[in-house]
Amino acid sequence: MNGSKVSMGRRGGRGERAMVPDASFSSYYGRPVIKEPSWQEPDIAGYLYLGGLAGASSAIALGAQLTRRPALERASKIGALAAIGAGMVGLLHDLGRPARFVNMLRVFKPTSPMNMGSWLLSAYGPAAGVSALTAATGRFRRIGGVATAGAAALGPLVASYTAALICDTAVPSWHEGFREMPFVFVGSAATAAGGLGMVAAPTHEAGPARRAALLGGALEVGAARLMERRMGDLIGKPYREGGSGQKMRIGEALTAVGAVCGATLGRRSRVAAVVSGAALLTSSALTRVAIFEAGVASAREPAHTVVPQRERLGARQ
Amino acid sequence: MATNQPPRMGFFTDTSVCIGCKACEVACKEWNQVPEDGLNFTGMSYDNTQGLSADSWRHVAFIEQTKLSMHPGSTHPESTEGTRPDELRWLMSSDVCKHCTHAACLDVCPTGALFRTEFGTVVVQDDVCNGCGYCIPACPYGVIDIRPDDGRAWKCTMCYDRLQVGMEPACAKACPTDSIQFGDLDELRERADTRLATLHDAGVSDARLYGHDPADGVGGDGAFFLLLDEPEVYGLPPDPVVTTRDLPAMWRCVCAAAATLAVGIAAVFGGRHR
Amino acid sequence: MAECHPVGFQWVMEAKARGATLIHVDPRFTRTSALADIHVPLRAGSDIAFLGAIVNYVLTEEKYFKEYVTAYTNAPVILREEFRDTEDLDGVFSGLDSENRSYDFHSWQYEGVEVQASAGQRDLEYEDRTKATEGRHESGRGESTGSGGSRLGGGEPERDETLQHPRCVFQVLRRHFSRYTPEMVEQVCGVPRDLFTKVCEAITRNSNRDHTTAFVYAVGWTQHTVGVQYIRTAAILQLLLGNIGRPGGGIMALRGHASIQGSTDIPTLFNILPGYIPMPHAHTAEDLDAFIQGESADKGYWGELRSYFVSLLKSYWGAAATPESDFCFDYLPRLTGSHSTYETVRAQQDGHCKGYFLLGENPAVGSANNKEQRLGMANLDWLVVRDFSLIESATWWKDGPEIETGELRTEEINTEVFFFPAAAHTEKNGSFTNTQRMLQWHHAAVEPSGDARSELWFMYHLGRIIKAKLAGSTDEIDRPLLDLTWDYPVEGSIDEPSAEAVLAEINGWDGDGQPLSSYEQLHGDGSTACGCWIYCGVYSEGVNQASRRKPALEQNWVANEWGWAWPANRRLLYNRASADPDGKPWSDRKAYVWWDDEQAMWTGHDTPDFAATKSPWHRPPPGARAAEALSGVDPFVMQDDGKAWLYVPVGLTDGPLPTHYEPQESPFTNPLYSQQRNPVRQVMPPRKHNFYHPSAGTNGNDVFPYVATTYRLTEHHTAGGMTRFLPYLSELQPEMFCEVSPELAAERGLEHNGWATIVTARSAIEARVLVTDRMTPLVVQGRTLQQVGLPYHWGRNGYSVGDSANELAHLSLDPNVHIQEVKAFTVDIRPGRRPQGPALVRLVRDYRERAGITDETGTEI
Repeated sequence: MNGSKVSMGRRGGRGERAMVPDASFSSYYGRPVIKEPSWQEPDIAGYLYLGGLAGASSAIALGAQLTRRPALERASKIGALAAIGAGMVGLLHDLGRPARFVNMLRVFKPTSPMNMGSWLLSAYGPAAGVSALTAATGRFRRIGGVATAGAAALGPLVASYTAALICDTAVPSWHEGFREMPFVFVGSAATAAGGLGMVAAPTHEAGPARRAALLGGALEVGAARLMERRMGDLIGKPYREGGSGQKMRIGEALTAVGAVCGATLGRRSRVAAVVSGAALLTSSALTRVAIFEAGVASAREPAHTVVPQRERLGARQ
Repeated sequence: MATNQPPRMGFFTDTSVCIGCKACEVACKEWNQVPEDGLNFTGMSYDNTQGLSADSWRHVAFIEQTKLSMHPGSTHPESTEGTRPDELRWLMSSDVCKHCTHAACLDVCPTGALFRTEFGTVVVQDDVCNGCGYCIPACPYGVIDIRPDDGRAWKCTMCYDRLQVGMEPACAKACPTDSIQFGDLDELRERADTRLATLHDAGVSDARLYGHDPADGVGGDGAFFLLLDEPEVYGLPPDPVVTTRDLPAMWRCVCAAAATLAVGIAAVFGGRHR
Repeated sequence: MAECHPVGFQWVMEAKARGATLIHVDPRFTRTSALADIHVPLRAGSDIAFLGAIVNYVLTEEKYFKEYVTAYTNAPVILREEFRDTEDLDGVFSGLDSENRSYDFHSWQYEGVEVQASAGQRDLEYEDRTKATEGRHESGRGESTGSGGSRLGGGEPERDETLQHPRCVFQVLRRHFSRYTPEMVEQVCGVPRDLFTKVCEAITRNSNRDHTTAFVYAVGWTQHTVGVQYIRTAAILQLLLGNIGRPGGGIMALRGHASIQGSTDIPTLFNILPGYIPMPHAHTAEDLDAFIQGESADKGYWGELRSYFVSLLKSYWGAAATPESDFCFDYLPRLTGSHSTYETVRAQQDGHCKGYFLLGENPAVGSANNKEQRLGMANLDWLVVRDFSLIESATWWKDGPEIETGELRTEEINTEVFFFPAAAHTEKNGSFTNTQRMLQWHHAAVEPSGDARSELWFMYHLGRIIKAKLAGSTDEIDRPLLDLTWDYPVEGSIDEPSAEAVLAEINGWDGDGQPLSSYEQLHGDGSTACGCWIYCGVYSEGVNQASRRKPALEQNWVANEWGWAWPANRRLLYNRASADPDGKPWSDRKAYVWWDDEQAMWTGHDTPDFAATKSPWHRPPPGARAAEALSGVDPFVMQDDGKAWLYVPVGLTDGPLPTHYEPQESPFTNPLYSQQRNPVRQVMPPRKHNFYHPSAGTNGNDVFPYVATTYRLTEHHTAGGMTRFLPYLSELQPEMFCEVSPELAAERGLEHNGWATIVTARSAIEARVLVTDRMTPLVVQGRTLQQVGLPYHWGRNGYSVGDSANELAHLSLDPNVHIQEVKAFTVDIRPGRRPQGPALVRLVRDYRERAGITDETGTEI
């Protein structure tokens, strides 16, 4: 690419690859303006998924305990711990200096979703742990009960705060979605947790799981579609096109199929329930990966940063 | 607040006098022992550094343009078709961390490694940083990054150690044409206004200040610029906003969504099945 | 200048900030052009046409500073009847000996008086001045015969103050450049005539009593077969405009290294001695008196040559230098022709030169025609390389290009190569002399580590050891070494000689051992010693003047208490010319030095470059010589006639006036004259590694249709020894690249950021491709010319490696100073990487065959 740029007066020049036919913008040799996250996809997209799964499962676990659905209860409690455990391994692995993970608790800092999340996890994690261990061993039921309640109270925040985590960046396809993203995340969390319930619990216990998956799926897809539309042609594009767009669509389809099948066929057929549940566990993961990759793609695209800002400036003058 | 609080210090980079010598890049690396970060012939004019990163804290951008000459006192006629020699313009600019008034990197840093110094600058404490990487996508200018094989985040410190003994940063010291000016930020802003007026009077209508305005989306930069074209031509965001501005709303949405989940899960357990 | 002198360029930016107009004339649009008000792209090798046309403009439009020109230059001087200009002889001057390719300059001399040069070839006058009948000429060319009837020295040449006489310099000048019109500039240089006229207007508008214009140049002007004449054209122009010796005027030569000015002042050049005293040539029965008679001038400060020279000999040989021993004059070597670096390389190849010291020099990359350099080194008995790193000139024997192609084999090379690590400037005391003739002392911050040592340490101890080995010898040939004064104190754990002691010796002392403070104190009777007369005063009163550091804010704007400039701490040379013939400044605005009638002395912002108490109205008595013979209106105190020379009657081998000639290799014929090239340019005897391309207008010329020019980048330094081994600089410009226009890229299928191979009859190299609008196609003589830009920093060693541009260059030199023409030569360029190994040799050979190149090609006069 020849380094020379054509710039004509104040209007700005022609971009190398305009994302939308009429948009024209300048860039520095087509290079990104902001930096894409250094986060590794398996670690962080994985954590988004696993944290959501864990948080929603903890809520389901409390419900299952209170409504005496022991299989669902046990599956949800152990599932929550396994998920949050795996998720935290991913978080640790992603740190540049893992030995310094404790530094996360040096400060209490509301402007940092990651810091708030660290505090949240340091309360939720042990709660989920105690809840799962008491359920698995059958001992210390009262302590277990308290822990389960605690995990259920914190769980929804664990599922939703990660939306603030990624939206509180300069990445346009994340930041611009901050209103809807928490709803996408909790919907996806409910979908995954519902799916877990459908896989692990007998059909007569899994009713709430099926309903959670249905509601969660509807919320997830609905909120995502709303978010995408509000972002517009340019910023919303990674959710529709490219690798991330593809994953998004597949995830959506899987969610729909899994939730509907689970809610219908899965009521009577265990096999259908398991298959649907697995599909939902997969679709939730796929959606998180899609969202992660959409952000990376958005960070790499200078037009995402330049065009909306240039329009905003133009509107002000 | 300490009674001997020094005034806020910053950079004013006047790119209209930059000669693209890259002394700033070398001085910075020498003083801060920043590693060499790649022998890559990019073909991006004379820019083989490519951008700011963990291992490039000063980056000189080169933009070749075919355009009407806009130098002060120019005696050129208006360019006509095919008269090539008068049409060339070569913009050069030394980019650096902006040390924003509202710094997103600092806001999102979960360990408090990033902090604001007594000079109003933003510095990473390399003995605290655990390499979580949150600051990287948070920065609206794409400055800070993780150093490979090290794991921590690094960026310009405005030579904090030099400031503490009353010296100017290495880049400002090395710059032969005083394109990089260092000092009291208020005073630099005044100087920049004067310089802008001078250039406008001389017919350089493209000259503009960037990052100077405390009312902008990051509260004004501690390192601001005089540019000769739109910011995006240099790879800079036209209207950066600190992500934290929307954070209160984000937390509200987070809480609403959490509540929704809680209520929703409660609801799916309500009903006749026991 | 922004590329190669970024720190110095801050002063240009300061001038810009104060309203100066900056004009940049260069084939490429560089970082200097980016800050300039006007950039003039022109064809590399056509600057004499460009500058000569400005001269013509100034004369035609009557924009010259008449009073200045009449009073201070040789414009009014009348030339001999037998003088013939290029206008008369279709591109050559009278006196050309085509067979020997040299000029007899006698027809160029003034009417009635034979003057001596103050620079250049002073030995040309030797015969006439010593009335010898035998002798040899510079560069082994034909002998001159003395011209009868000329009065040697003393007296005034004939002048016409009205500048009307048809044979006066002014009219000859006018006629010489009369066809250098804006239309001609368009034809020759490719510069559109309105752009050219704009430049002329800007320059002349800013050159008058109240304003001065400065010219700044570097090797873009000197590295041509007419390089010296380039500078001369600028000098003519600046003199016509009255810009010399005035603040904000002048011609600044940008030197390429921190102290290369110092290494011509105290020279590492074969043909001059410290202070620009000429090295003696071999003449029969030449003693000191004959040398002085032959080389000195009658008028002006070169009339004191004896004082400077004897003081130098005293500083070299101390007690042995006595009147009886002719001050050891015979200890000095004699020149028998040109012994420049390129002749030396040939002498190495022929086995005459057995040994070589390379001190901070990397000819395998930095000298023209790298292969010739390496072949020379391959035939040495011994080679000593002193540098910071293992540069290409130290390792060619095992990994150089000829090893790769098989042209040389390591086992067959008998050269014994020694490498000595060198200390950096921070590890040694010493001085830098910069391009403003200013000496600045630098102090060692640390001792060098390991085996690294300074040049001073090396040379001193080498000499000490050699002298010790020769002690007691009775062989006459050893006397020059044994009699050398070599008694510097040494200090520190490594026995570093005291640089300040050397400085004191350079400054000199009187018979009582007291430091001198001015060259006016030097005598030719052996009572004074001085290592370099122009540096006399740098250690006056025993104080190291070069280490003065009085801040600018505590002095006036000339600031002459920072460092010390030669001569005598004058910051502007010939500054008498800043005042009119009555001693008053030409204007208040440009006042610099002036005559204070009350105090009866010259005074001003700077040290006057003039005898302090000589009034403007002083006229010398008859029979006065040397400095005494200068009048009060002779500002050019080194000149034999006290005037600046628009026209050079003696001293240059290739003409009294600059003439546009095409470079050795050019796609174009000379539109101005039949004489294509400099008729006396130095063409080396044919060797198969130095073929020239076919001349313009002959078959095969179009095999190499593009003009290449070499240059530096800010990020690297010359042959790369100081930069390509450093990561921080290497990463800024990591690879060798070429710069081409989009049009040339399209024409030759070159891909931006890809590779190209550039080919000449000497070799072929590869480079990354940078396609850029900054390389402008030019229209020359109705055809489009594409130029190829080649930075010359790269070699195969170090952190950042690549092919060397100088592999392509030929050996064709300026005949006055033997500088290679690497700023304009022809090439072909093609996409893709070059062949490796022996295939490279085959590629080059194919090109030669295609172009029909033989030993004789390009060697025509």
